[in-house]
Order: sequence, then structure tokens, then C-alpha cells
Amino acid sequence: MSTDSNTMFLKIEFGGGLELLFSNQRSHRITIPSTVPADNNTSVTTKDAASPATRPADVTYLLHHLRDHLLKEREELFMENGTVRPGILVLINDTDWELEGEGEYLLKDGDEIVLISTLHGG
Amino acid sequence: MAPQTCAICQKAKAMVKRPKTGEQICRECFFYVFETEVHNTITQANLFKPGDRVAIGASGGKDSTVLAYVMKMLNERYQYGLELFLLSIDEGITGYRDDSLETVKRNQQQYDMPLKILSYDELYGWTMDAIVSQVGRKNNCTFCGVFRRQALDRGAAMLNVDHIVTGHNADDIAETVLMNIMRGDIARLGRCTSICTQGEDTIRRSKPFKYAYEKEIVMYAYFKKLDYFSTECIYSPDAYRGHARVFLKDLEAARPSAIIDIIHSGEAFEVREEVKATQRVQQVCQRCGYMSSNALCKACTLLEGLERGMANSGITDRARKKLDAEGPAPDNLRTIPFFKPPSGGPLIAIESVS
Ligand SMILES: [Zn+2]
Ligand SMILES: [Zn+2]
Repeated sequence: MSTDSNTMFLKIEFGGGLELLFSNQRSHRITIPSTVPADNNTSVTTKDAASPATRPADVTYLLHHLRDHLLKEREELFMENGTVRPGILVLINDTDWELEGEGEYLLKDGDEIVLISTLHGG
Repeated sequence: MAPQTCAICQKAKAMVKRPKTGEQICRECFFYVFETEVHNTITQANLFKPGDRVAIGASGGKDSTVLAYVMKMLNERYQYGLELFLLSIDEGITGYRDDSLETVKRNQQQYDMPLKILSYDELYGWTMDAIVSQVGRKNNCTFCGVFRRQALDRGAAMLNVDHIVTGHNADDIAETVLMNIMRGDIARLGRCTSICTQGEDTIRRSKPFKYAYEKEIVMYAYFKKLDYFSTECIYSPDAYRGHARVFLKDLEAARPSAIIDIIHSGEAFEVREEVKATQRVQQVCQRCGYMSSNALCKACTLLEGLERGMANSGITDRARKKLDAEGPAPDNLRTIPFFKPPSGGPLIAIESVS
């Protein structure tokens, strides 16, 4: 758990072949700011995020963060129109994100987010 | 968002939203409804009878891994009385099939089922790696598709099974319906939605996951922590299917019932008699005994082209004429072993669980 209230600590898990876009590594531990720019810009620092247009970090912000900082190749296979590409399942603490408000879910320190591709062969 | 309670048991926290119905249900109820729907699909279509020997076409991927797990469970829970086998085809693709076969070998241990692996190399004398090095990456999927279909039937005959079940799910079937519509292949449209198919003397094939959504199969595998392999075939740019798949996923995102609706549309196409008449009568391949609509089956035609160094002769008419102009097939041509349809008792020794 994070000791700094300005940041939070998340556990990210990729599966179903999606890990191939993320250095072929299934498990990642990341830290993101608790308050983020409203435009999902992930390159500004936490201090800059004190500017007027901010909001609490949600899953939509997290997806942008993963794309900008962890993704190694072919971003079109991960995101489309500001969210995950259709066919990628997202679970928030083991619950289908469709039950948690999808991208609008407000992240908490220690949350575990799982992303699984359903698009790879049977 | 406040946690939702399961719509079925009204007790546990809902963890899955079912794409088919929108119902919000807990993990245990999800397992139960998923398994029960597959059971209902099996019983309503009368797929099996007690004593049947059934091979599960196993690739190591999510669908066939979940299928093997669920078939074993339902066979025990409802006493189907089936003898289950795993049947895998080794196309000979380094870095792809060799890894997924490792998964199948683990499944053999985990599910305690006998496993038979049949390779293109032993059946045809060619691995996909060798075929690709000769034909390039344009028509390689044609070779692979024709060779796999026949290899599955031959593997099933070696196991002396009555039936092959495959992991094709609702999304796969809807995708095939779309592709057949786009290609104008009406004759195939009705057939591709049927849960069970049987040629003249081939082994029955069926799809117990016909109505199972891909999302639920993946969720099931995730919650059960099933061991599966997921990588795209390194030679598989089946671009056309890829487009159909993306289109279908977009439709599903907008309206989840789209998948079932498309399957129902395919089912509703009745093939009229005059269309049926243009489908050729089945006969048996003169060279290898496998069922065929011509004197030579597709696999024998493709293999002859490979062996004589004119791989395209099985693909285009022009290349075929060129091959024919060089004279008949030489006597020492490599051919596929003669096909023996199953008839009492296994024809070969199978690897049993150690
Ligand atoms: Zn429940
Ligand atoms: Zn033949």
C-alpha cells in the first residue's frame, strides 16, 4: 500500500495474449497519481495535476497510463476511441468492470485490475 | 457504485454481467448457469448416447481447454456414460504449436484423459514450417485448413471414436455466418450453424459451445484458473476473418444479443432444392480413400503439388493445367496412408495417462 496520499499503488494483470503487447509480462505493479488531469494527459507530474481541470483517477485514466507508459507495441490492438478495444475483458478486483461503472470506476489504493484479450485463437 | 446482489441466489455479490441476458450474477451461479446451458445444448440436440467414444479436438487454447474441463464435469455430473479422449493436431509450427501442445499435455494430466497427437509430418510428410518455406505466406492457410480437417478425421479414426467435439463458440459461428454471407456462400450458410454435421462416412462433429459467448468462456477459464495457451498462429494473417471478427465485436459492444441474433439468422436460411442440386455428390478419393467430391481429395491434390514442386497446382486452375501438362503423377509420389473409417476397437495404441 502507498504511504503517500497523492499517489496510489495498483496491481495490473494481463492475460489471454494481451501480455504480448506489454513486454510479455503478465503481472505489473504501478503507481499513479490520485488526482489526474481531466484530459487524461499522462505526461504531466502529480504536482502539475493541481491545476484547475483535474479529477480523481479512474479506470479510463489508467488505460491511458498503461498505453503511454507500459505498452510496447501496436497500441491499436489495446485501445480504440478512448477505451479498451472491443473483445478485451476488464475485471476490477475480480468483478466484471461492466458492474463497476467501466471507465468511470474511481480507483482505490491497492486495487487489482485484470485485462484479458478474448481475441486470441481457441 | 454500490455492489449489486446476484440476480439468481440473491445472496452473493454479483461479479459477472451476462452478455446474453444482461443478468448480474455471482461467481458460483455463473459456473452453474454456464455448465447447465452447455448441458441443455447437448441434451436438446441429442448429441451423445451412453457408451459413445468422444474425442475433444484440443488445441491448448481457451475454448478447447474449457470444453475439455466442462465435458469431463458434465459427463460425471449427468452420467452421460461417455469415454472421452483428447485429440490434437500438430501442424509443425515452431514456436507456436510446440508451446500449445505442452499445454495440451498438461491438460491430459489435469483432466486424466488419454491424448493422441497426430502430426502433419507423419501424415503428409510435410510440416507447416516446410510448407511455408515452399509456398510462402499467401496460400499457406489453405494448406493448413485442408490438412487439419482431414487430420482430425484420421486421428479420430485411429482412436476409433464415434464423435469429435470442437470448441467453436457462438462468436465463432456468428463470424462464419457473416463470412458466408459476404462471400455469397448460401449453401454453407445453413450448414455452418448446425450443431452437428456428418459427411458420408466421416465421424460426427459437433459444437457443444454453439450458444456459449466467448466472453463467458474466457470469464469461466479465468475464475476457474484453467491453464490455456494464447498466441496467434505466426502464419495466420487470415485477414478476412480478422475483419469479420472486429466488426462482430463492435456490433456486440453496441448490442450484446447481436451474436445470437446472427446465429438465428443463419439458421433461418433454408437452402432451396435447386441450390442444393449444385452441391456435388460425395465419393471417395481414389488415392487415399478419404471422402471427396472429386476423383482426388483436396489434401491429395495439394500434397501432389508440394511433392512435384508446383504447390499452386492445388490452388489455381492455370497451375493445375501446367502440372497436368507435365504428365501423370509419378509412381513413387508420396501419398497419404489409406483412410480406414472406424470399426470396433482402437486401431492404434494411445498414450494413456501415466
Ligand atoms: Zn448467485
Ligand atoms: Zn486423397
